[in-house]
Amino acid sequence: MPSSDEPPLSPGELEDLLEEMLDPVLSSRRTAAPLAKALAPLPASHQYFVLHWAAAVAASSTELAYQLVALAPQALALLDLEGMEAWLVRAMDVYDREGLYPASATLKDLRGFNRSLRDTRSGAAFEDVANFLGLFLRGLSGRRLDLQPAAAAFTDTATVYLPERITFFPSRKANSALYKSMAAHLWAQTRFGTFNVDLEAGIAGCGERETALANLATLEAVRLGGRLAESLPGLAAEMRALRPEPLPPKAAALEPVLENPEATVHDSLAALRSLGTGVLLPQWPYVGILSPHDAARVRAARMESEKYTLRAELSKLAQESRNKPSASPGARFRLEKDSEKGQEFTLLLDGRPVAPPDGVTQLLRSIVLDLGEIPPEYLAAAGDGVYDDAASGAENDASAAHGGADAQLYDEWDYRRGHYRKAWCVLQERQVHFGDAGFVTATLAKYAPQVRQLRRRFEALRGEDKVLRRELFGDDVDLDALIEAHADLRAGHALGERLFLRRDRVDRNMAVMFMVDMSGSTKGWINDAEREALVMLCEALETLGDRYAIFGFSGITRKRCEIYPVKRFEEPYSEEVKRRIAGIQPLDFTRMGVAIRHLTRLLSGVEARTRLLVTLSDGKPDDHYDGYRGEYGIEDTRQALIEAKRQGIHPFCITIDREARDYLPHMYGAVNWALVDDVARLPLKVADIYRRLTT
Amino acid sequence: MDISSTEVALIKAEPYYEPVADEIELFEAAYHGRLPVLLKGPTGCGKTRFMEHMAWRLKRPLVTVSCHDDLTASDLVGRYLVTANETVWVDGPLARSVRAGAICYLDEIVEARKDTIVVIHPLADDRRFLPMEKRGELLQAPPEFMLAMSYNPGYQSVLKDLKQSTRQRFVAIEFDYPGPELEQKIIEHESGLDPRLAAKLVRLAEMTRNLKGSGLDEGASTRLLVHAGKLMARGVAPRSACQGAIAQALTDEREMLGAVNELVHAVF
Repeated sequence: MPSSDEPPLSPGELEDLLEEMLDPVLSSRRTAAPLAKALAPLPASHQYFVLHWAAAVAASSTELAYQLVALAPQALALLDLEGMEAWLVRAMDVYDREGLYPASATLKDLRGFNRSLRDTRSGAAFEDVANFLGLFLRGLSGRRLDLQPAAAAFTDTATVYLPERITFFPSRKANSALYKSMAAHLWAQTRFGTFNVDLEAGIAGCGERETALANLATLEAVRLGGRLAESLPGLAAEMRALRPEPLPPKAAALEPVLENPEATVHDSLAALRSLGTGVLLPQWPYVGILSPHDAARVRAARMESEKYTLRAELSKLAQESRNKPSASPGARFRLEKDSEKGQEFTLLLDGRPVAPPDGVTQLLRSIVLDLGEIPPEYLAAAGDGVYDDAASGAENDASAAHGGADAQLYDEWDYRRGHYRKAWCVLQERQVHFGDAGFVTATLAKYAPQVRQLRRRFEALRGEDKVLRRELFGDDVDLDALIEAHADLRAGHALGERLFLRRDRVDRNMAVMFMVDMSGSTKGWINDAEREALVMLCEALETLGDRYAIFGFSGITRKRCEIYPVKRFEEPYSEEVKRRIAGIQPLDFTRMGVAIRHLTRLLSGVEARTRLLVTLSDGKPDDHYDGYRGEYGIEDTRQALIEAKRQGIHPFCITIDREARDYLPHMYGAVNWALVDDVARLPLKVADIYRRLTT
Repeated sequence: MDISSTEVALIKAEPYYEPVADEIELFEAAYHGRLPVLLKGPTGCGKTRFMEHMAWRLKRPLVTVSCHDDLTASDLVGRYLVTANETVWVDGPLARSVRAGAICYLDEIVEARKDTIVVIHPLADDRRFLPMEKRGELLQAPPEFMLAMSYNPGYQSVLKDLKQSTRQRFVAIEFDYPGPELEQKIIEHESGLDPRLAAKLVRLAEMTRNLKGSGLDEGASTRLLVHAGKLMARGVAPRSACQGAIAQALTDEREMLGAVNELVHAVF
C-alpha cells in the first residue's frame, strides 16, 4: 500500500492500467477513459485498492471487474475499505456459485449491502446470546424453558422463541439487551399466568383478532411490568425503558389497575374490553406476539402428562410410606401452601408432611404455573400397576433366547419384589461395524484449535512433577526433615533415614471405562456428538496415559442385551479402534443395569488404584418391550451402580438430558453426574469433565 | 509457623449462629458421648462458625487446623526443634488440643494427605489416644477433648473422597444453606444491611443456586452474601457489590459471568 501522502495516479496512468486489465470487455463505445476519470480524484490508497481488487476479480471475470471499477467511486463514498472488501467478497461468492448476472446484481445492490452491513456490525444474533440467555432464564427459575430461533418473539409455555437477529438499535449492546428483555418478558408470561385462560375466547368481541391480540400483548406487558417491578426491579426498569411510545390516554388510565401486583390476565382482558374497538396500542419492541394456539396445545399436552406422572409418583410415595391405607388411597394426600415462600408447598400424607422427591417438587411447581393451584383430583394417587403398561409381550420373543455360547447371564433388580431376578438378562458381546476411516481425522480437523488446547492441558496434568518429601533417596536434601532428624538425634533418638526430596511424576494409576449409550434415541446429531466426544477423549487420554476402554451398549428385551467393545483396556488406540468409534450407531434401547454389571466385571479385573466407570447417556434407562422403564429401570440401574461401588468402582454419568436432575442424583449420587445441555458442546466438554473428575 | 506461641484460648463472646435444624443438640449429645463429629456441607454455609459457637457453648477452647496437601503427621502431632544448644519438643495443634481438652477442628480434611489422616484414627474411636511416635508416648485424651472435621461432599474429584475407614468413625451432621427467611436474618445480623436489600440478596442467591450443575459448581454461599452485604452497608452500590463479592467470586467463565451479572441487574 502506498503511503497517504503519495500523489494519486493521473487519469492517463489510470487509463493505461485499466485498458490493459479490462481489454477483453472494452470496445470503441465502452472505453476505460470515463472509468479513469472517475477514479482520478480519489486518494492514491483508494486507487490502489480498486486496482488491486479489479485485478483479482478480472482473474475470474473481466466483465465483473469492469463493473467493479465503474461502481467503485460510488461504493467508496458509502463504505469504508473493510466494508468494500466485504462487498467484493460477497459478489465473488455469488459469482462462484451462481454466475455473472446474479453477481453483478449483487454488486449493484450497494444500498442493500450497506444496510445489511450496518446490521451485522450493530445487530445481535440469536446464536451469540442463546447460551447466555439460557443461563439467565434458568437463574430466574420456574419451569425449565428451551430457547429456539423463530421469525417472531413468542412462547408456547415450554419454549421461548426469539428472532434470529435483532437490529432494532444502532448498537450491538443495546440489541443484546433487547434480547434479554424479550426473553425475560416471555418468561414472565409463563411465570405469571398469561396463558392460564382461554385467550381466544377472551378476545372474542374485541374487534379484529390480530389487533386484539396485539393490544392484549401490550396490556399484558404493562401488567407483567408491574409484577416484575416488585421482585426484579432492575429488570423491570430496563423493560420500561424499552417503551418508546407511551400508551394513549384511555389506555394509560388503566395502568394503575394493571400494574397492581395482584392483577391477573383477567384484568388485562377486562382492560382490553374497556378499550373498545378501533384502537391500536403501541407495539413495544420487547413484547413480541401472543400465540394462544401454540400455548394452548403445549399446555394441554403438558398438563395431561403431568397429571398422570404426578398421580403415579404419589401412588409410589403412598406405597413406600409404612402406614397402610385405611381409607381409599385417593384421599390421603393434601397440600399446604407455605405462604412465606410463595411458590413452595408442603405435601401431606395422612396429615403428616412427607418429603417429596426432587422430581415431584418440580412437577408440583410446573402444575402450579399452569393452574395456579394443584386441583384435588391431581392428588388422587393412581391405582396399582400404573407403570406396568408394557405387557410382557416381548418376553415371548423366544427367537433370541439364550443365544450363542459366549452369552452371559446377569441378575436384574426388581424393586417391587425387593429381590434380584436370577439370571434374568442374556448379554452378548457383538462387533461394531467399521465406520468411515476419515471420521477421526475430520473431527480432529474440525476442532483443531480445541484439540491443541486439550493436549496442552492434559500434558500439564501428566507432566505435573510432584515433590515427594521424606524419601529414602532423592535429588536433594529435605531440609525440614534433616532439621527434624537432627533435633531427634540431639534428643537422643536415632537419626531418621528419610531425609531426601525426590521429584516424581505423579503415578495416576487410573483405569477408566467409558460406557456409551447406543440406543435409538441417540439418532442424528446426538450420535455425532457422542462420537466426536469420544475422539476428543481418546486424544486427551492418549496424552495423559491413563488406561481406558470404551464399550457401547444397547439391546431389546432382556434376552437380547448387547455390548459393543470399541476399545478394550489392553488394545492400543489403533486404526481399527478409530474406525469402530466412527461406526458407533444408534440401535435399540437403553437397558443400563445389565451393561453396568458386565462392565463392572471387566473393570474389576483391571489392576489400578482408582477405577472409574463413566456413562455417556441421553436419558433414562428404558427398554420398551418388557417394562424396563420408569421406576423399574431407574431402580435396577441404581442397584447395579451400588454393586459397582461395592467393588471399589467410582461411577459417573455425563448426560445431555435436561430432565436429568430429576433422576440422576438418585441413581449416581448427588454429585456424580454432569449435565451438558448443549449437545454441540459435548465433544468439548467431556474431556474437561474427565479432567475435573480426576484431579 | 511459630507453633510455640499459639495459645489455646477460650472464646469469650458468643459467636453469632442461627441453628437450621437440631444440629446444636446433636453436637452436644456427641460431645457428651465422646464421639467425634464430621460436618458435611458446601463451602460458606456456616460450618466454621458453628464450631466457634459450639466451642463457646461448651466452654472449651477451639483449635482449628486448615488442612492442605502438604500437611504431615508431624505438623499435627508435634516435633523436636533445635534451639541454641538443646532440642525442645513442641506439640503440634492436635497434641496441644488433646492435652488441653480442647475441641480440635480439622477444616477440609480431604485436602490432607491420606497418610496424615490415619493418625487421627485412634483418637476417633473409643480408644481416644494420640500415638506420639517420636516421644514414645501415648497421649490419652481427657473426657473434655473432642475431635471434629469438615468435608465438602460436593467435590466431583474421585481423588478427594473420604475413606470409609475414616468417615465411619464419625457422627455426621449435614449442613446446607439456610432457608430464605433465616438467611436474610443472618445477612442482616452479620452485615448490618437493611432488610429490603438483604431479601434481594437472598433472592439473588437462590437464582445462582438454580444454576448449579449448569455451569456453576456451587451457587452463592451465605458467606458470599454476607460479604456483598458488608460492602453494601459501607455504601458500595448494590450492583458493584454483587459483581465483586458474588459474580466474580463464583466463576471466571465469561458467559456465566454475564448471566450472573444480568441476574444481579434484574434484582437490583
